[in-house]
Amino acid sequence: MKEEIIIAGFGGQGVLSMGKILAYSGLMDDKEVTWMPSYGPEQRGGTANVTVILSDEKISSPVLDSFDNVIALNQQSLDKFAPKVKPGGILIYDTNGIHNHPKRDDITIYPIDAMEATLEIGNSKAYNMVVMGALLEAMNYKLPMENVIKGLKKSLPERHHKLIPLNEQAIEKGRTLLKK
Amino acid sequence: MKEEVRLMKGNEAIAHAAIRYGCDGYFGYPITPQSEVLETLEELMPWETTGMVVLQAESEVAAINMVYGGAASGKAVMTSSSSPGVSLKQEGISYIAAASLPALILNVMRGGPGLGTIQPSQADYFQATKGGGHGDYHLIVLAPSTVQEMVDFVGLGFDLAFKYTNPAMILADGIVGQMMEKVVLPAQRPRRTEEEIRKQCPWAADGRKDGRKRNVVTSLELESARMEVINHQLQARYREIEKNETRWEEIDVEDADYLIVAFGSIARICTKAKELAAEKGIKVGIVRPITLWPFPTEAIARAAKGKKGILCVELNAGQMIEDVRLAVHDSLPVEHFGRLGGIIPSPDEVVKALEEKIVK
Repeated sequence: MKEEIIIAGFGGQGVLSMGKILAYSGLMDDKEVTWMPSYGPEQRGGTANVTVILSDEKISSPVLDSFDNVIALNQQSLDKFAPKVKPGGILIYDTNGIHNHPKRDDITIYPIDAMEATLEIGNSKAYNMVVMGALLEAMNYKLPMENVIKGLKKSLPERHHKLIPLNEQAIEKGRTLLKK
Repeated sequence: MKEEVRLMKGNEAIAHAAIRYGCDGYFGYPITPQSEVLETLEELMPWETTGMVVLQAESEVAAINMVYGGAASGKAVMTSSSSPGVSLKQEGISYIAAASLPALILNVMRGGPGLGTIQPSQADYFQATKGGGHGDYHLIVLAPSTVQEMVDFVGLGFDLAFKYTNPAMILADGIVGQMMEKVVLPAQRPRRTEEEIRKQCPWAADGRKDGRKRNVVTSLELESARMEVINHQLQARYREIEKNETRWEEIDVEDADYLIVAFGSIARICTKAKELAAEKGIKVGIVRPITLWPFPTEAIARAAKGKKGILCVELNAGQMIEDVRLAVHDSLPVEHFGRLGGIIPSPDEVVKALEEKIVK
């Protein structure tokens, strides 16, 4: 098993922390993991992306050309990374603000409205967990939910552990977006 | 603290490792991309547990001179910075090397020259391995390629520094500093007691409590004849380090037609490139120098036998390639590929360079 994932969007959308929770969840499932941010001076407003690799075996390069799973959360990221999905791979993107939709027939494409789903939960900060729910549902590798919860516990500081049920709810909500 | 499996950034791992390997003091000044080292230490507050001192100095120059002072008293002390900050430290590093003191310096390299960028680079290879400061001296230079090696090399760096009373440097790049990976943190190694330090470091200026002869730690010697003797002593030690401490990793070198030589996290990008090249029928082996000084000259010469060419992949304009050429005496084509200014090459780019420059 090896999943090569890139999550890309605006700074402030929770891209890096979603990657961290995903990586920690993989670690809790006894996988080798890498989390490689594309970091810049920007904290908010600029583009942010993170490459996460989950694997049964030792991981060579943390930097990749193409990916099994691409999550794009704005037009810029979609334009940049849609061509980098491996044939047979998965592309998930948030349709909000997207005017140029990807046209590839050799990959599976899931357009989702994660923002609307997040508003239904009632806490906009859970946006990245809704997106992660969609990824967990779409990915070939089925990460057991109990290890995702463990990953959340490890990633979040103790004072935020009361938010774990909300995050869990957001993940479950995200899963349903693919089933529509 | 027991052994523990965690997910963390290379920079955070350095801080945890420093505490767990029984470091006595860290003196630093923040600079991207390694500010998490100082931040993590401040957060962990080791002064309340192991008694380790953590101090944000007023400048890089002050920090390295605090390291000089701490090392002179036999303490296990360290500093960390990134390229422009490490340039500022060079005078102090030369003094520490000349005074034959153990110390650990971390450089998480960023793109230069000048203030440059905050993205990854390996352009300080010359500075780290060929001097950096003035005079004939060497640091023991360790190049980590994983977050685990960031941890391990803190222990190894201190061990070698004390074994040879010589400063060691961990030469990391922004990739391994900023990326998160699984890491096994070692069990807590207790800090040495005053008695243990006195026994291990009879040269230490630690207060002459037992009426022993006065210890003088200095890099100054105005009499040339004696300065020459000191230089010869340093050189003899360097030969000893070259003999005993050269480290490297080889990946599928035996069956290969071509070699890639790369250090640090770039060697991992090259490992992926090697897999991609194999799909095209190009057989590549990799030699990854782990100690950049002492350089694995003989290992590279041996690995190069019967090969058709070598590609040196470095995040600089061609620095380590000089040592590779010296190792093989230009007995086969040796070419360089690198990206500059903070750009990270992808595995595809490495394969393309291999095809254009070496395989042809």
